[in-house]
Amino acid sequence: MNRDSSPDTLPLAVHQALPHDSAIKHVTGQALYIDDLIEPVDLLHVYVGTSRTAHGCTAHGRIRRLDLDAVRRHPGVVAVITAADIPGLNDSSPMHTLDEETLAAEFVHFHGQVLFAVAAADRDTARRAARLADIEIEELPAILDVETALAQKAYVNAPHEMKRGDAAAAIAGAAHRLQGEIRTGGQDHFYLEGQAALCIPQEDGDMLVYSSTQHPAEVQHLVALALGRADNAVTVEVRRMGGAFGGKETQAAQWAVLAALVAHHTGRPAKLRLDRDDDMISTGKRHDFRIRYDVGFDDSGRIAGIDIELASRCGMSADLSGPINDRAMFHSDNAYYLPNVRIISYRCRTNTVSNTAFRGFGGPQGMMGIERVIDAIAAHRGLDPLAVRRINLYGGEGRNITPYHMTVEDNVLPELIDELATSASYTQRRHAVDSFNRASAVIKRGIALTPVKFGISFTTTFLNQAGALVHVYKDGSIHLNHGGTEMGQGLFIKVAQVVADAFGVDLDRVKISATNTGKVPNTSATAASSGSDMNAMAALDACQKIKQRLASFAAEKYQVAEVAVHFAHGQISIGEVQRTFAELVMEAYLGRVSLSATGFYRTPKIHYDRATASGRPFLYFAYGAAVSEVEVDTLTGEHRLRRVDILHDVGRSLNPAIDMGQIEGGFVQGAGWLTSEELWWDGHGALCTHAPSTYKIPVSSDVAEVFNARIWQRGENQEPTIHRSKAVGEPPLMLAISVHSAINHAIAAVNPGQPLPDLDAPATPERVLMCIERYRSCKLCSLTGEDVKDGGV
Amino acid sequence: MMGASIRFLLGNEVQELSGFDPQMTVLEWLRTHARRTGTKEGCAEGDCGACTVAVGEPGPQGVRYRAFNSCIQLLPTLDGKQLLTVEDLAGSGSDADGLHPVQQAMVDQHGSQCGFCTPGFVMSLFTLYHADGVEIHRQRIDQAIAGNLCRCTGYAPIVRAAVQAMETAPGDGFHRDRGQLATQLRQLRREKSLHLEYRGRHYHAPVSLAEVWQLLQQYPQARMVAGATDVGLWITKELRIFDRLINLCNVPELLRLEKDQAAGHLTVGAAVNYSDALEVLTQCYPGMGEMLLRLGAEQVRNAGTIGGNIANGSPIGDMPPTLIALDARLVLSSAAGAREIALEDFFLGYGRQDLRPGECVECIRVPLLQSGLRFAVYKVAKRFDQDISALCGAFCIRLENEQVQEARICFGGMAGIPSRARAAEQALLGQAWNEQTLRRAQAALALDYTPLTDWRASREYRALAAQNLLQRFYLQNSSPGSSGELSHQPWRLAGGKPG
Repeated sequence: MNRDSSPDTLPLAVHQALPHDSAIKHVTGQALYIDDLIEPVDLLHVYVGTSRTAHGCTAHGRIRRLDLDAVRRHPGVVAVITAADIPGLNDSSPMHTLDEETLAAEFVHFHGQVLFAVAAADRDTARRAARLADIEIEELPAILDVETALAQKAYVNAPHEMKRGDAAAAIAGAAHRLQGEIRTGGQDHFYLEGQAALCIPQEDGDMLVYSSTQHPAEVQHLVALALGRADNAVTVEVRRMGGAFGGKETQAAQWAVLAALVAHHTGRPAKLRLDRDDDMISTGKRHDFRIRYDVGFDDSGRIAGIDIELASRCGMSADLSGPINDRAMFHSDNAYYLPNVRIISYRCRTNTVSNTAFRGFGGPQGMMGIERVIDAIAAHRGLDPLAVRRINLYGGEGRNITPYHMTVEDNVLPELIDELATSASYTQRRHAVDSFNRASAVIKRGIALTPVKFGISFTTTFLNQAGALVHVYKDGSIHLNHGGTEMGQGLFIKVAQVVADAFGVDLDRVKISATNTGKVPNTSATAASSGSDMNAMAALDACQKIKQRLASFAAEKYQVAEVAVHFAHGQISIGEVQRTFAELVMEAYLGRVSLSATGFYRTPKIHYDRATASGRPFLYFAYGAAVSEVEVDTLTGEHRLRRVDILHDVGRSLNPAIDMGQIEGGFVQGAGWLTSEELWWDGHGALCTHAPSTYKIPVSSDVAEVFNARIWQRGENQEPTIHRSKAVGEPPLMLAISVHSAINHAIAAVNPGQPLPDLDAPATPERVLMCIERYRSCKLCSLTGEDVKDGGV
Repeated sequence: MMGASIRFLLGNEVQELSGFDPQMTVLEWLRTHARRTGTKEGCAEGDCGACTVAVGEPGPQGVRYRAFNSCIQLLPTLDGKQLLTVEDLAGSGSDADGLHPVQQAMVDQHGSQCGFCTPGFVMSLFTLYHADGVEIHRQRIDQAIAGNLCRCTGYAPIVRAAVQAMETAPGDGFHRDRGQLATQLRQLRREKSLHLEYRGRHYHAPVSLAEVWQLLQQYPQARMVAGATDVGLWITKELRIFDRLINLCNVPELLRLEKDQAAGHLTVGAAVNYSDALEVLTQCYPGMGEMLLRLGAEQVRNAGTIGGNIANGSPIGDMPPTLIALDARLVLSSAAGAREIALEDFFLGYGRQDLRPGECVECIRVPLLQSGLRFAVYKVAKRFDQDISALCGAFCIRLENEQVQEARICFGGMAGIPSRARAAEQALLGQAWNEQTLRRAQAALALDYTPLTDWRASREYRALAAQNLLQRFYLQNSSPGSSGELSHQPWRLAGGKPG
């Protein structure tokens, strides 16, 4: 009973391209973020003091002196909090690895670690005071890069292996063999709203927390631990975030904890909002990766065996690096069948900020490796990379098992790629690019089509649960609450559409409400693209309970069978009797029927045994593909994106407008990661690109003038997801790998007939120009792979 | 005390403010004092546009609106102007209860996701909506929103919203009421100078150059400020406190923009902002056009001044190398008199300029391009729009009979100050304009500069790209076909619209 059907159905609330529920509030400035909430009386503003201001500031060291007298004496300062002032646990690690002190007590492990917090009546005073600390840190040896960490076997968790078949034998037995390496850079989330939290002390020492977080339940738990209280003493609420992208999954907690500590000590409300520079320096980012491969393949480019080594820079603590690197492994195949495969993953501990979740969660890095392998094979064999992609795609029986032993049952890429290649005129345009390049010495063009296959579900199986709470008030209005958080992705409108549809009422009858740990407990982070899959299902479960009660009540009252009760268009037909939704609700209330229900959802079918690296970690896969065409200036390495064509599978879209926003936005964010967004550390581990003046996310003019993004019309989830839709938050980001591949293709045109150029990411003008320089002078060199077998050919 | 308050229109209402810290930013005032929280802080350094507001001044067509980053705009600079924030727009459309056409278009085209950048985009698009005689096409829209970062949408729906909104422009309440608003603004205009004082912090807005000299003589430690695109950051990021600020933006002598054909130069007053200078500069020096549109973004160009770009001595400003290649001269003046020096002599070393106590930059004199002069400037950065250059190369040569008679080459980003490439110039002078000469000049660049490595680029890249920019200049100024190249067009234009 997903939906009441009626022959004269008006457009249903689901599948409609409705605006974001807050769209009007966004454009009028009425949407409230943490710093916009009306400030409570006696509010204190909190700011942090970090190791940045220390004498002998270093990425790794022992705190010799933390003299805060000048901070305390600064006029207007009300409180100063250090590690010693934490009544409970001094830890903000998300997985209880106890490796992330909220306030560093004895050692600092990265440049920018927080040592203390200061509170004052205004933010300016708190910020000024925070800079007055006298801190001395004794330098200890620091590990800043993957190579050093690997040499010292410094890991945040143990290396992990995944395999199927005999990769070594298959590589040795293959006709051709290539070895190579690619590096991908990190990425700052650059959510426009920085980290922020507001805490208001309650009676009994309880704490009410407003936090810009994707994970209210975790903020609740970490605040409780810090205060030495049970979870039930802390309530966390979040109405919306001004962007998150994974950067507020674990990274929001520390600031809420610090504000709560100040509120606890002073008995006054406390707000902490980070300045952009401190936000970028002191919070985690996407992991940068070094990916190495050794692949054997046949004349047609079909892979026989492959060995992939992933090494990522995790930073100073585990955070979510375990599951992130697992997901990188899960996506090291991307869309391709790897008959014999071994994937080894090293999670390097470095004295840099702890890297964290970022849209794609390791998946993009895993995919960059295999897409480079495909391009290298194609260049080596003189084939169109699209032909090599097609021949390696997952297929039917015998070619449908992933490296983690899951059967791919829903692969739509062969037909989706065909449709896209046709609509984007891929083949003609590749020829046109080639002839342009023959005639143009300075400007070179490149084109690439790359696919995406992205696994949907948290790979940590127990996280795949969600709750909802639905009230129907006696006037017939509906209050909707669930555990998912709104960060701009349109989760709230999608779930509201499902609820309106379930009750057969207009959307404006459904009140969307802020996520609150007091309403729905024990929630997972809104992450892994799973927000609407899980929360809409949980909300639907709650709606169905209430509908069932209403139907039973109506059936009994009007003496009809329950199956004769239908909900549609704000009306309820009970056999021959018609009642408006509000009328029946009032009757049910008077009849003492409960009009409130919780809903729950647990993703079915999934299981995974990490010890053997096998199972079914994903309920299904989301698919898409993109064609990008670029133009490269070989004098400066600058490049422009000329045209993009995207075809993406969202199943049966719950809201095509919202989904299109995720597709276009995800692509551009991915293109930023792979081109202009460069994190640059100095030799001492200090991040120097910590503001938009130095860290360059895409702007409007970076987006191709011809940008044809389409939702795949034939999409329909094979699994019984909510209205057969598919998750869309993360997958489109990886469509941008086509941009990087196209740039590499353009570079290849400066020295035709050679192996593939070895462009790393991000493809800044510098990286592109230096790659061009290497490539110009290369003669069958081993840039992206040396054919160990037929090296001299 | 005379002029102890400022007056401006907030929306349509006159605000009179006194007794406030004169180095308070407009954003701080809006959010914490006026409790208008629609305007957001995204970076507090004028690089993300979330805090964008529109500032109106009387113009030829009524009121001219321009976008500003309120996070680094000082509150007293609003004196005599109209401040519009996102809260002012609803109800100003054709339907008094409805959204402004820009807001409606953003809703219709799904131009917001998280919504945090949205008010800034709305205000930037509002100023585009009010721009006079603008042909709306993609590049113009990109230009209008280049100073606004959005992390969610990928911009495509915002561009679509811009297209939709501009179809009705200008037809909103502000356009309807422009005559009355202009009258109100003229009534607020201050004829005399302004001096604010709050707890020992002073702010002066003099209205004559003589007054500036007098203030500088009296308070040699005072900080001169114009667009505050740097000073604003010193306040928001470095938490610096200025006991005395002198705003130069109301000094008519510093706002001159005069092309003197007879004398053969263009005079640009030190307080002329980039937006005001854009048209004249582009017309006089077409080779400067693209660089000017890539310098900052509209919000920065509306505030930032050419004099400020010079006076602050930044090694990475794009204007100094450009103007040095054009052989510009600088007029410095004080109560003691004026002196004129070559612009390149102004920069003494990193962070040191030839500015004497009591002196201010009065104007820049830029020679007009004589026939036969070839001039171009190339900016290289990680991002096309609103990025600080990794390096910026400016080239000016005169050819006679395919021989180089005159050569001035200047780079920014290659040294602690913008400096001439003397060795490369020497390698060109008197030589035939051919590839052999080019190669020699490229090699000579290695003698001219030993660039540094930083987050914008490595020394190796800077050195190589500088040589390549010289090659680009050669390709664009050599005979067709000599290089088998797209030699006569900037590469960005080579492709046209893809199929």
